[in-house]
Parts: sequence; C-alpha cells; structure tokens
Amino acid sequence: MTGITGTGSLVRLALRRDRVMLPLWIVLLSVIPASTGAAYAQLYPTATDRAALNAGSGSNPSVAVIYGPAYDLTTAGGFTAWRYGSFLALFVALMAVFTVTRHTRAEEDSGRLELLGSTVVGRYAALTAGMAVAGGASVLIGVFSAVGMTSAGLPAGGSFAMGLGVAGTGLVFSAIAGVTAQLTEYSRSANGFATGAIGVVFLLRAIGDSTPSASWVSWLSPLAWAQLSKPFVAEKWWVFPMALVVTAAVAAVAYLLAPRRDLGAGLFPSRLGPRTAPATLSSPLGLAWRLQRGSLLGWTIGLVVMGAVFGSIANGITALVGNSEQMRKIFAEIGGAQGLVDAYLAAIAGVFGMIAAVYSVQAALRLRGEETNGHAEPVLASGVNRASWAGAHLLFAVLGPAVLLSAAGVATGLGHGLRAGDVGTQVAHAFNAALVQLPAVWVIAAVAALLFGALPRVSVPASWAAVGVALVISLFGPVIGLGQAVLDISPFGHVPKLLPGADFNAAPLFWLTGVALVVAVAGLAAFRRRDIG
Amino acid sequence: MTTAISVSGLVKTFGRTRALDGLDLTVRTGEVHGFLGPNGAGKSTTIRVLLGLMRADSGTATLLDGDPWRDATALHRKLAYVPGDVSLWPNLSGGEVIDLLGRLRGGLDQRRRDDLLERFDLDPRKKGRTYSKGNRQKVALVAALASDVELLILDEPTSGLDPLMESVFQECVIEERDRGRTVLLSSHILAEVESLCDRVSIIRAGRTVETGTLGELRHLTRTSITAELAQPPNGIANLPGVHDVRVEGNRVRFDVDTRELDTALRALTTSGVRSLTSTPPTLEELFLRHYQEDAAVTR
Ligand SMILES: Nc1ncnc2c1ncn2[C@@H]1O[C@H](COP(=O)(O)OP(=O)(O)O)[C@@H](O)[C@H]1O
Ligand SMILES: [Mg+2]
Repeated sequence: MTGITGTGSLVRLALRRDRVMLPLWIVLLSVIPASTGAAYAQLYPTATDRAALNAGSGSNPSVAVIYGPAYDLTTAGGFTAWRYGSFLALFVALMAVFTVTRHTRAEEDSGRLELLGSTVVGRYAALTAGMAVAGGASVLIGVFSAVGMTSAGLPAGGSFAMGLGVAGTGLVFSAIAGVTAQLTEYSRSANGFATGAIGVVFLLRAIGDSTPSASWVSWLSPLAWAQLSKPFVAEKWWVFPMALVVTAAVAAVAYLLAPRRDLGAGLFPSRLGPRTAPATLSSPLGLAWRLQRGSLLGWTIGLVVMGAVFGSIANGITALVGNSEQMRKIFAEIGGAQGLVDAYLAAIAGVFGMIAAVYSVQAALRLRGEETNGHAEPVLASGVNRASWAGAHLLFAVLGPAVLLSAAGVATGLGHGLRAGDVGTQVAHAFNAALVQLPAVWVIAAVAALLFGALPRVSVPASWAAVGVALVISLFGPVIGLGQAVLDISPFGHVPKLLPGADFNAAPLFWLTGVALVVAVAGLAAFRRRDIG
Repeated sequence: MTTAISVSGLVKTFGRTRALDGLDLTVRTGEVHGFLGPNGAGKSTTIRVLLGLMRADSGTATLLDGDPWRDATALHRKLAYVPGDVSLWPNLSGGEVIDLLGRLRGGLDQRRRDDLLERFDLDPRKKGRTYSKGNRQKVALVAALASDVELLILDEPTSGLDPLMESVFQECVIEERDRGRTVLLSSHILAEVESLCDRVSIIRAGRTVETGTLGELRHLTRTSITAELAQPPNGIANLPGVHDVRVEGNRVRFDVDTRELDTALRALTTSGVRSLTSTPPTLEELFLRHYQEDAAVTR
C-alpha cells in the first residue's frame, strides 16, 4: 500500500521532535497513581477512617462530579482508581489530542508537510504517524502506570485493568484528533474541536456519575471507561477490547475523510469573509475587540461552567474532606475560614482570581504578539498613536478579568444557591468573593504591561514567570509554611477575606489598584519611548 | 514645501550592527524617488525611522515639514505605508483590512478602492491566512493607494507580485505621481526603479553612495568599447577613467567612465580606428558594481 509509505520516517521525525515532551507526559502520568498508595495509608490509617470515607465521599454525588464513581474506598486500590482514574484519563486524552494535531494538521498548517509531501511520503503517512505516536504513548502510559501501581503494592489485576482503561481513552482520543485534523485548515481549530469533544464527554461523565438514575450516560464518555472497568473491585476485562473497536471505527472515519480533501485544505471549506469592514472596525479599540473577543468568550464560558460545577458541589465538600484532618487544614489555610463550605467557596474564588490573572496576562501580551508578527507596524504607521493602540488591548486585560470574575461568581452562587435553597444570598456572596480578586489580577497584568513597555524582548517569558511565582506562592505557600515576607510577594496574598460575620478590610483593594495603575502607566510611558519591532 | 523628505547624517545601531551609518536622503515634493540598495543596506530601517517607529541615534530627519518622532500621529494621516513583509490578521478578510487601515488613516476613496481591487484582481473576501505573499502585498497596496494622502512610502512593494501585477503596480504609481503625490519607493530591483523613478538614491551599508536623476547617474556608468586599430594601441590603459583594458594585437577592449569617453576616443583615433563598437551604458552595471563592492566589503 503506497498510501502509508514513509510513515516510519515520519514517526521517527515526530519522536525526535517530541523527545522531551512525550517522555515528560509518560513519566508524570505513570508516577502519579503509584504514589497514592502510601498517601492513602497516611490519610486514612484505620479501618474506621476508611469506612467513614467510603460512607461519606463514596456515596456523595457532588463529589462524583469531579472524581467519578467511588466503588470501594476501603482499599488503597479502590481509592486510587476513584481519585486518579478520571484525572489520568483526562490528561492522557489531552496528550493524545495535542500530539496528533502537532504532527498532522499543525505540520500542514505551517507548510512543512508540503515540503515532506513532495518527497516519498504517502497520503496517509502523516495521519498514521501522528495517531501511532499518540496511541503508542497512551499504551506506554497505561503499561507503565500499571507496573508502577503493582510495584507500589497494589494488586496486579486491578493495576492493569486501570492502566488499560486509561490507554484505551488515549487511543480513542488519538483517533478523534485524527478526525478533527481533517476538518479545517487551522491547527488551532483542530485542537479546539478535539478539546471541545473532551469537554463534552467530561460533562457526560459528570452527569452520569452524579445521577444514579442515568448512570448509563457515563458509558458514552471514553473518559469514564477506566473507572467503569471497576479496577481493584470487579475488573471488567472487556472494556479495553471495546476501546480498541471504537478506536478502529473512529480512525476509519479519519482515513475516509483524508483523501476527500487537498493537502493544506480542510474538509469544511474556509469561509469567505465580508467584502467591506463593519463600521465597528475603524479604531484601535474596534480592532482589539475583533482580535480579543473570541478568547474572552471562550474563557467566560469555561469559567461559568467551572463556577456552576464547583458551586453545585459546595455542600458536599464537607463529606469529601470532613474525615481528613490534614485536608481540612489545607482547605482552611487556603480559604482562611473556619466553616468548611465558606473556606471552600473562598478557595474557589481565589482559584478564579488566578485563572483570571492568566487570562489577563494573555490579553496584555497580545500586544507583544501583534508587534512581533508584524501586525502592529502598519497600524502604528497609520495615524494611531501608541498609547491608544496599547490602551485598546490593555482594556481587555483590565475589563476582561472583571467579566470573567463576575460570571464565575454568579455561576458559583447559582450552583451553590440552588442546592442550598438560598439563591439570592449565595449569588451576592460568591459574586463579591470573586470580584475582590480583581485588584490583585490587575497588579499582575500591570507587571506584564510594564515588561512589554520596558523589556519587550523578555516580556513574554518574564510575564509568565511572574504569574507562575504569584500562583505558586499563593497556592502552596501557606500549606508548606513559607514566611509572611515571601507570601507578601504575591498580590493574591493581600486580597481581603470576604467571610460572613467577619470585618472586611477594603484598604488593600485601593492600594493594589493604585500599584497596578502606577505600574501600567510606567509601562505605557516606556512603550512610547522605544523602538517598535 | 518643495522637500517632502529630508534626512541627513542618520545613524542607527542595533547592538554591534550599524544599520545606518550617516545616511542622507532628499525626496522632493511630487517626485517618485527610488531608494535602491542590496538586502541589508538599511532601507527598511530608514523607513522605520521616517515613520517614527524607531528613533535614530543621531542625525536629522524631516518628513512633510514635521519631526517623524514627535509629530508621528499627525504625519501618519498624510502618508500611507506598505511594509516590505505584509502580515495580515488570519481572521480578518482582505476587504476588512483595507477598510481598517484606510479608516485609521482618516478615510478611503471607495471608488478608487473598488477600481484597484479589480485591477489587481484581488478577492477581498478571503481571510488573511489564505492569501499568498503576493496577494497579501496587494491588500496593503490597495489600502495605501486608495487612501487620500500626500506621500506614499513603499518598502519593496513588488517582491511577491507576478510580472502582470508588477505592471499594474507601475501604472498605479505613475497615476499617483500625476496626481501630485510624492512616492518613496524602496527596491532592490533596478529595472523597476529605472522605469518609474525621477530620482534615485543608492545606499550601501547604511550610507548613501549615489544620488541624482537617472540621467545624472548614467554619467557615472561606463561604456564598453571594442576597437580594431591600424596599429597596437598606446597609452590607453593610463588614461583617466579607463578600466579593464585587454589588448590582442591590434584589437583593444576596455570600459571607460562615461564622462571620460571623449578623451578615450581621441586617444584611440591617434592609432587609426578601423572599426568600433560601443555598448551603451546601463544602470545595471553601476548598480551591480555597488553591489559587488558591498559583497567585497562584507566578505
Ligand atoms: N530590529 C533590528 N534588530 C537588529 N538588527 C536589525 C533590526 N532591523 C534591521 N537590522 C539590521 O540592520 C541592517 C539593515 O536592515 P534593513 O534596514 O532591514 O535592510 P534592507 O531593508 O535594506 O534590506 C541589517 O543588517 C539588519 O540585520
Ligand atoms: Mg527591507
């Protein structure tokens, strides 16, 4: 068959390009489940602890939304399958999608495949190579994690059932990404469709796992299969062969679609745009809106879904951590509250703040992206002054997180309030708790703006490093007992806690905003003084 | 205002690279000025300084009676710029980009826009990503040519155009000049400059090496002479402006600077000219000479 000629050399090329990424994925995902055995013994030392855990979390549908079904939490194996089964499946699916797209559509998108295609490479070679590399990595993760769990003392049968289940998820998503790579000409959309599919099956799993009357829905989600094969409880060995059959069927679709399109083209024809620009596209702000609105919408939807999911499990959180003194302590320290639900909601608001900071920095760094890919030059040479060009994008870094946090807060409040039967109070509370994060988010965005203005060449990595430092300090600093001086580095450390009955200190909000303003203005001033390019 | 652009002693360094090294440039109002130089000579850097996108280390630059850095925004409304490497937003259509850039400059002539789209055979509905290099360049050209401005700054605008489109482009530039607009046309292709430009500046390694009308520059070129003489030539090689002399018996072949042509011919006639062919001077040679010197310098 000449269609796959050259697959071998493309696989070697892919392995060479991924020689760091793939081993990293494989090692990380294989090691994590093996490390749980010891933690289980520590967290739940006695039979009473385990029985309490099983009775509490094991039967709690709101916990199942996140972790999946708990079949038996009285053994280390059952606990591992519950705690990591869906988490591993999710990450293997993401690995498979990014790997396949990277070696198929992204190569076409960049034009590199055309160079290869003119040599002796068959029509199906790239597709086959991409799916083989991702599928192979999935199987390796499955096998290595099974070996790891076995050598950590878990039963071999359950370990392999879970490993194979996870491998099956990776195989199915390798094939799904093989299909989405055929659809449009952009690798970004190929990844978008495939991760969208992951999102949909994640929701299916969440619905099925938390709704006893509709638990069959979970079978529609390949993300659930590793857990549904009941590792360490009553292994269903036919789940992996079923995954193979589904993989083959989906891959067949990819092979059917591949010859129906030209190299570089998508199956969906690229849509034509308008002949003339709409009236809104006539200012730097109109342009920034056009360039940033898609990303803002995507992040908003993501945060609304997260808010709704996390909000709706708030009441059940007591059962999840109630039996573990250590986890109770961790939650109390992140949230700074005594009441566990309040602490949980405060912690969630903090997480939303950090996510908003990531969005905000991304929105600010769009400036640097526009500059380096040559889009800024013609705009700045056409009567637009630098401050209004930069200001238009920075407006998204300022108002975007306000939108995200409001949406996340309202969604959390609704999710929690509907279950707790107190919508009004909960929505207002969660909204305020999310919105107080805003000044801290602005400080981080302002640092990115300053770096863009003053040190453009390093602004991208340096901004992400700043985000990383702030997040790591705020997330893990209190738990591992860092000193106050270190904790104070992160603006999130200064966000006042919003707790019922406690005094609310608004002063940090004002001075954080002031700091953000000064830093951002300094960044703009530096930008006006420097060379473009 | 008779001078649209006036630059003198411009210096710009990037780390160790001296991109501009005392560059001079004068563009008169209403002329098409060719800005010629090999790759890396500093054309784009000069243009970026003129657009206020970069600040020069030293030297002066005046653009439409303003300061390119201080008055950037006001000046930009009076000019249109086509970058050397046009990069379009992947999710905007060509038509949207044309309108956007036109509006940011303060307005676009709709009739001219449509006319240019037709002449350049450009589909404005395609998205940025799907245009070829030549078509991306056409988008920027239509946006610039349809704008109501005094000055056009074009940085190697034809590098991706096919010969047919190249000739459409040349027609358009001539129309622009006839409307009284000033054009600064950077290029590394002599033929394009030769057919369009009133005056030319040749730059090399950040310095201006020649400037003047095409006629003036032709004076700097050399004529190739081949002659059959009655007797072996004498003393030709020592004459001023004579280069590359080769003698075979009574035959002689040499190049001579056009301004020394008269002296060389007088010297030949003293040996009795039997036949004579002269190859007329081309700018190409002058140009290549500068390029080669440049290559020799950088080597
Ligand atoms: N932003 C920059 N940073 C560093 N070097 C640059 C930059 N821009 C141009 N140069 C250097 O300056 C010189 C002149 O470049 P350029 O003006 O682009 O030449 P041309 O347009 O005539 O081909 C080249 O050596 C180039 O590498
Ligand atoms: Mg250039």
